[in-house]
Formats: sequence, C-alpha cells, structure tokens
Amino acid sequence: MKKTLLSAAIGAAVLGFASAASAATLDDVKAKGFVTCGVSAGIPGFSNPDDKGEWTGLDVDYCRGIAAAVFGDAKKAKFVPLSSKDRFPALQSGEVDVLTRNTTWTISRDTSLGFNFRTVNYYDGQGFIVKKSLNVKSALELSGAAVCVQTGTTTELNLADYFKSNNLQYNPVVFEKEADATTAYDSGRCDVYTTDQSGLYAIRLKMKTPDENVVLPEVISKEPLGPAVRQGDDKWFDVVSWVHYAMVNAEEYDLTSKNVDEKKASGGPDIKRLLGAEEGSKIGTDLGVTNDWAYNIIKLVGNYGEVFDRNVGAGSPLKIERGLNALWNKGGLQYAPPIR
Amino acid sequence: MAGMALNSDTPHTKKASSLIYDPKARGIFYQVLTVALLVLFVWTIAQNTIHNLQRANIASGFAFLKGRAGFDIGQSLIAYSSDSTYGRALVVGILNTLQVAIIGIITASIVGFIVGIARLSKNWLIAKLAQVYVEVFRNIPPLLVIFFWYKGVLTILPQARDSLHLPLGSYLNNRGLFVPTPILGAGTWMMLVALLIGIVCTVVIARWAKKRQMRTGQPFHTVWTGIALIVGLPLVTFLALGSPITFDFPIAGKFNLTGGSVLGPEFMSLYLALSFYTAAFIAEIVRAGIRSVPKGQTEAANALGLRSNAVTRLIVLPQALRIIIPPLTSQYLNLTKNSSLAVAVGFSDVVAIGGTMLNQTGQAVEIVALWLVIYLSISVSTAIFMNWFNTKMALVER
Repeated sequence: MKKTLLSAAIGAAVLGFASAASAATLDDVKAKGFVTCGVSAGIPGFSNPDDKGEWTGLDVDYCRGIAAAVFGDAKKAKFVPLSSKDRFPALQSGEVDVLTRNTTWTISRDTSLGFNFRTVNYYDGQGFIVKKSLNVKSALELSGAAVCVQTGTTTELNLADYFKSNNLQYNPVVFEKEADATTAYDSGRCDVYTTDQSGLYAIRLKMKTPDENVVLPEVISKEPLGPAVRQGDDKWFDVVSWVHYAMVNAEEYDLTSKNVDEKKASGGPDIKRLLGAEEGSKIGTDLGVTNDWAYNIIKLVGNYGEVFDRNVGAGSPLKIERGLNALWNKGGLQYAPPIR
Repeated sequence: MAGMALNSDTPHTKKASSLIYDPKARGIFYQVLTVALLVLFVWTIAQNTIHNLQRANIASGFAFLKGRAGFDIGQSLIAYSSDSTYGRALVVGILNTLQVAIIGIITASIVGFIVGIARLSKNWLIAKLAQVYVEVFRNIPPLLVIFFWYKGVLTILPQARDSLHLPLGSYLNNRGLFVPTPILGAGTWMMLVALLIGIVCTVVIARWAKKRQMRTGQPFHTVWTGIALIVGLPLVTFLALGSPITFDFPIAGKFNLTGGSVLGPEFMSLYLALSFYTAAFIAEIVRAGIRSVPKGQTEAANALGLRSNAVTRLIVLPQALRIIIPPLTSQYLNLTKNSSLAVAVGFSDVVAIGGTMLNQTGQAVEIVALWLVIYLSISVSTAIFMNWFNTKMALVER
C-alpha cells in the first residue's frame, strides 16, 4: 500500500514536470486573464507602491500598457517585486511573463541568459552620490573610498572597471537589497553610493537629509534599461516591443490620453492606422491582439511623454530632464519604427 | 491443511507462491523497487532540467568558473581583484565562510563553557545572569541577532573622521576595527621553527614526566616548563635576530584610515552574533553534561581524598565530555550553516559571492549545486573530526 502511494506520488511528480511553462506566452497570458510583470521592489519613479499600495512608475506603466494592449484593460496587470538577484531566475522559470524592472540590456543577458531585449524605455548611465561634507567634486577624487553597491548588477561590474581603469583604490560594500545598500550609505558605512543616475535622484529623496547629498557629474556607463522576455517566443516579444513603439509613435503624433478619442475620428491616415481606425486594417490582429490595441494603450496609460512626465519628469518629485530620452526629432534617442 | 496444499500444488506454482510469501524475497523486491523508483525520479528531474535549460537557450556547465569575474570583493583572505576568475572568487567566499565559522566556533565554545558552568554556580547572581543570557539568546532568531549587532555597530560607533583611538595603535569606527599589520622581515621563519621546536619538546617532556610519575610518584612542573619553552624559544630567537617584525599602523587618510588591517562591521556583527547565539545553546549542553554525572561519583572521589580541583578534572569532566561532545557537534554545524545569513549584512561569504556569480552568469543550477557541495563538505568534515574527537574522549571500557 505504501509503495502504491509512493509510485503514485512519483507518477504525479513526473507528469507535473512535463507541464512546464510553454513557449507561447501570449496564449498563456490570454488564458489566465492577466499579465505578470517582474518589477523592482521600490525605486521611486520606476516602480514603487504609493501610499495607497498602488504600484506606480515608468516600468509599472509599461506593464499596464501591455495589459491594455492585450486585454483592453490596464488593470489586468500583476506586479511581482524582485531583487536584482531573483529577477533572472524568475523570468527564466516563467514566474513572470516579462521583466519590466530597470534591467540593463547587455550582450550576455541577451545571449547566455536566454533573454530577448529590443526596446529601451529609459536610457540611463551609472553615477555616484556622495555626502556634500566630503567636498568631492569629481569621481576621480574617490580613491580610497568605501563604496556601497547592490550585488548582481551591471553597476557592480562597471564600478570595478571604472576604478581599475583610473587606477583608483576602493573598498566595495555589497548588499543584496537596494534598501540595505542605501541605508548603509545613509548611516555613514560608505562614502559613496553608486547606481544608475535615475536611481540616484530617486534614492536621494529617501535620505534623511536629501540636501546634504550630491550626485557627481561623471556618468561612467551606458545603461539602456528595457523590458526582457524569454528567448524563442517571438509573438510575445513582438507584443512587448510594439507596446513601447506605440507609445513613442503616439507622442510623435501628439496623441495623448486626453485627445485620442477626438483624433481617432479627425486624425490623418498615420494616426488612424495606429489607432486601428483604418478600414480593413489587420495590424492589431496580426500582432495577436485586438485592432484597437494602440488606442487602448494611449487612452488608458498615455503616450511615452505623458508617462515619462508623470513618473520621473517635470510632473514628478524627481524632475529628471528628458535628455537622451527625448524623441529622436527633439535631440533624444527615443525612436520608433513606423506603424504601417 | 498445510499438508493437503503441499500435495496438490505442482512444483512450479509452489516455487512461485513461496517466493511471494517469503518475507526475505519480498523485502529484497521492495528494496530493489524503491531504489529503481528513486533512480527514475532523479533521472526524470535531471532530464527535465537539461531539457528546460536547452529550451530556454541557457548555456550550462562549469566552464564559466574559468571566466573573468569582473567584480570586486571587500573582504578577502587571498589576493583577489576583478581580473581574477569566478573560481577564485568562490574560493574567497569559501575562505571567508570558514574564517567566520572557525573563529565563531572557538569563541562560542569558550563563552558557552563559561556560561554553562556559571549557570551551575552557587553564587545566585552569577547563576541568574547566566540564565538570563541563555534565555534571551536562545529565544531570538539568529538573523535578528545579526541585525542587532550590525545596526548597533553602525549607529553607536563614531564616523570615520572621529575614530576612537584604542591602545596599541588600533582604531575603532563604523567602518570597522583597524589594527596594525605585522610585516614579516627576513628570518621570521626561524621564529616559526623555534616555536615548533618548543612545542615538540613540551610534548616529549610531558610524556616523560607522566611515565616518571607513574613509576616513582614524583610530579613534574610540565605546565611551567612548557610555557617557558613555547614562549621563550621564539622570544629568544626574535631578540637574537634583532626584531625582524615591524608593524604597519593605520593612519588617517582622506576618507578613512588607511594601512593596517581592518575587521569590517559586516564580519564583526556576523561573528559576534553567531558566537553569542550558539554559545547560549552550548551553555545548556555543558550544564546538562555536568549535571548528568551521578552525584555518587563526586562523593566517592571525595571519600578517596581527592581535592575538588582533581575531582572536577579527573572524575566529572571526562564523564561529562562524553555526553557533551555529540550535541556540541550539531551546534558547530549549526553555526557554520547559520553563517550563510551573512548575505543580510553584506559580508562576502560563499552564499553572497555565489549569489553575485549567479546573477552575472545566470548559471543558477550549477551555483546552487556548488553551494550544496561546499556546505555538505564543510559539515561532513566537521562531523568526521568531532566523531574522531569523541572516540578519543569516550571512556574506554575494559
């Protein structure tokens, strides 16, 4: 009897393994009725729960955009906060459908980790924050400093490269959680904290006395942050990528969440094609979603400029300049392929 | 009935049915079945893992250990830079784990024995203090003890620029304890040789003294002779060579003290937390061990006219140790395993460094396997050593 139970258990286990995450994420997402996004556990402006417990931020809105495109409902998105160490296994194992978690696009992540990157929803670069009282004006004066850093990030590697190539000494103090690293810096364990510049401005707001901290001018790396999906699932990859492109195109056409209804009727052929208002258009269904996918994104979430502004730009406490993240025709790098 | 059944059965069915009902054959059959199912189970997991890794286009294998690590490590016992390999980074992690575990085990044993004996003290205050200590530390999760020390160290100790000046050129601030580093000049090895000679001589003299006492009853001052040899010989060599050891003292730099050696707050808090936490358990084991020696043993020893010192040393402790050592082993193993909580305070132990490697390379399965093998090896080695020690200490029954 015991043996029968045991063999039954083993049989069940074997069957269980056979039904691992399949390659058609879009179908899985539609079947379960919501999209699961891996986000960071709390970077103001990117993904951070507000005082009502609602997730807000640039990465969060990207995820809501995907939900709007697939379901026509931006609320059908679930957020899984992940540490930098947990994020890749979570995506590999299928725990999350897409990683919208200010993750830097690098070749090794694209290849050996088995992910796909295409769109960049925030062009960033790594910087340093120090206490004003240290009187440091440049990162090149940091030799001998104790540097707090979060483990398992490109930040950690850039830091090592930068100090090595400039022949500077430093003492790394490495933490697994962003919050632990910043607390250690704030309490004086380290002289310097380093992460992406956007993160530095966000974290500065959380410090005991934000004004006593200053971000150094050096940007020591390229950090293109964007969503990652599992390799070998092109349909889902296309949906995730085109959500961003729809938002960027919308900004280029001056389509906002406020005027999109009006423009849907009155706009030119470009706008009508984007919004799925063109006769007999199959653009949306070919992508695997409904024809009004882009309309839903813009109506429910907004265009790229709106999202940027409300989360990290002029309309937010962070007040980060558009800089590299301006549209291509306004001196930035945000460029979307045409919807045609 | 039995006879009838025997007669009516053909030889063939008789053999088969007797095999089914033979308890020995059934036992073997079930054991083979269990092993086969276990093998199938493990094989299925392995196949599934390999299949899933291939499907997800994840490179696998241990070749990544030869790659350039690219990240720096704060605390390292061996030479390490970002140019070193992942394999070397892992070794740094293993050494850091071993360092905190070994020093922690020594401290925990000393504190544990003192507190355990203190709990049995006839002095009310000492006994109660020891009891409060044991109850407090035994009933808090080790992670909280680590946080307690870490936050305590970070908030109470002064900032780097207002370091506390300690004797012997040492400094204390919230970046750690800074001590002078000895710089070994030429001829230092001769001191080491002198030390070895001292130890060997002491052992030889101790054996000779014991034999002589057995034969003639004459005691010999082995302890004093031993100390004179072990401390004296290297000291004489040191002076004869003209003090070859100099010290590198920590001095105030731009951001912090430079020079000397530093014990970071991450190491200190982990070490103190693990030591004091485990010491509470060891204290209880020691107390139980001593209490387990029957009172009649002490009384009999007293009746023979042994002094109380000799009663403890020769009668009580040898019998108590027999009971203390086995549970002590599991406390040592617990301390070593609890050192993996280092990741919470940013100490670069094998789990923290493995975690970084996991993230940089994405080789999750391989690194988890390495973690398992490393902890298993450390634990099994500790257990083997303690079992050997236990057999040495066990009472030999004649």
